[in-house]
Amino acid sequence: MRGASLRDEASRLLAIETSCDETAAAVVDEGRRVVSSVVSSQMDLHARYGGVVPEIASRAHTELIVPVVTEALALAGLDSAGRGERPVEAVAATTGPGLVGALLVGVSAAKAIAMAWGVPFVAVNHLEGHLYASLLEEPDLELPVVVLLVSGGHTLLVRMDAPGRYEVLGRTRDDAAGEAFDKVARFLGLGYPGGPAVDRVSAHGDAGAFAFPRAFLEGSLDFSFSGLKTAVVRYVRAHPSVATEDVAASFQEAVVDVLVEKTLSAARQARAAGICLAGGVAANSSLRARATESAEAEGFRVFLPSRAMCTDNAAMIGAAGYFRLRDVGASGWDAGAEPGLGLSPPGRGGAPGRRDTS
Amino acid sequence: MRATEVVVTTSSPEETRLVGERVAGLLEPGDAVLLLGALGAGKTTFVQGVASGLGCPDEVTSPTFTLCQSHPGRLVLYHADLWRLERLQEVIDLALDEGLEEGGVLVVEWGEAAADLFGEDALVVHLDEGATESERLLAFEANGGGWERRLSSLS
Repeated sequence: MRGASLRDEASRLLAIETSCDETAAAVVDEGRRVVSSVVSSQMDLHARYGGVVPEIASRAHTELIVPVVTEALALAGLDSAGRGERPVEAVAATTGPGLVGALLVGVSAAKAIAMAWGVPFVAVNHLEGHLYASLLEEPDLELPVVVLLVSGGHTLLVRMDAPGRYEVLGRTRDDAAGEAFDKVARFLGLGYPGGPAVDRVSAHGDAGAFAFPRAFLEGSLDFSFSGLKTAVVRYVRAHPSVATEDVAASFQEAVVDVLVEKTLSAARQARAAGICLAGGVAANSSLRARATESAEAEGFRVFLPSRAMCTDNAAMIGAAGYFRLRDVGASGWDAGAEPGLGLSPPGRGGAPGRRDTS
Repeated sequence: MRATEVVVTTSSPEETRLVGERVAGLLEPGDAVLLLGALGAGKTTFVQGVASGLGCPDEVTSPTFTLCQSHPGRLVLYHADLWRLERLQEVIDLALDEGLEEGGVLVVEWGEAAADLFGEDALVVHLDEGATESERLLAFEANGGGWERRLSSLS
């Protein structure tokens, strides 16, 4: 048995993330310091299909997992058995949510490595990983913060009081924010991924050209983007010669308006010190600019992770894995892929394995 | 067998949800329902009604990212979305029929690609825009699966 006999002393983690279209591995110390982080983007493969295709994703993960893990270990000065001056003491992997075929590749690899090395395995919730992305780049982040987690599959507002202590304040009732970007982008013929495509085209458009509807859902911190998507489709069908960049810019403006307003509303209610953005949509330039401007105007600190930390990576899984190991302990060898896993904090029966139906 | 077709007009998302609830009452273990309709036609809204009618406590959202979500209820509802898939093989890889063999029901958004897999027994629902912004036409079409008898209670 390598490392400490007490599992909570394990502080150098190898982390693996394969929930969607990225194969990623990282070595992280004490949940705060990224020693190495490797992300093998499969975008070239996926761009042809307008989305993440599970069969392709799992085959690509299978091909990439060993080189990506080996590279992450090498960059951390470790050999392919995880040995070095300071060896790996635990292995973490994303068990959900995500695509089942893709998740299985990372989970199986992580468990095999942990078993072979005689170190604990820890199952990590992908969404929890995103919450820690900001802490990795800003270790002295003043808490509590409200995190807006927006990606192709998720739209969540979370209050984070401390590592491992957080509460979901709002979520989407229909489409995820990134999904709305993807669907509108494909409808407008802008290609995939939709977020960067809309962002790019919008720079040349008039964001005030069309007043598309904003669903504020008064009295709730939930989101709804379905009606906006429908309104864009209807408008373009009725006015086929309209300028695409104006539609894209106006659509983006409507999404950003709602995301920023709801995040600030959550920050006020939670008496937060600041706000953080997380997830792929957090790379959107308009969202970053507007969130910064509006939050600073109200005296909130703003933390915008780098674009690399917004999108899927294994460093954030290493951070979440460290705190989960410390607070909850190692996961069983029977922990498997959980495609529909929801976000619930540890200590409330919220170890991976529990569905969040709230 | 001649195709059965029943058309229902709704004037709001709430009404589309209610039609979904009524359809839930007609569902039997192993049923597959394919939803066809453009972006914004009300497919997810319809499935939210089906879930409510089946007594599923989960909040049902778009499964575009996860491809298929299961919601336990009177029958287990498997809610799939094929928007991101283009080839039949990718749909086959999802193994959507597994849930049906276990006695669940399957509702598939962007169901065109699954038509060949479920054939005559599936209920096909075409969702289209109506004359006004909030009006929707739901055309239920079936060739088998006892749907002729079951659909008569919808019209």
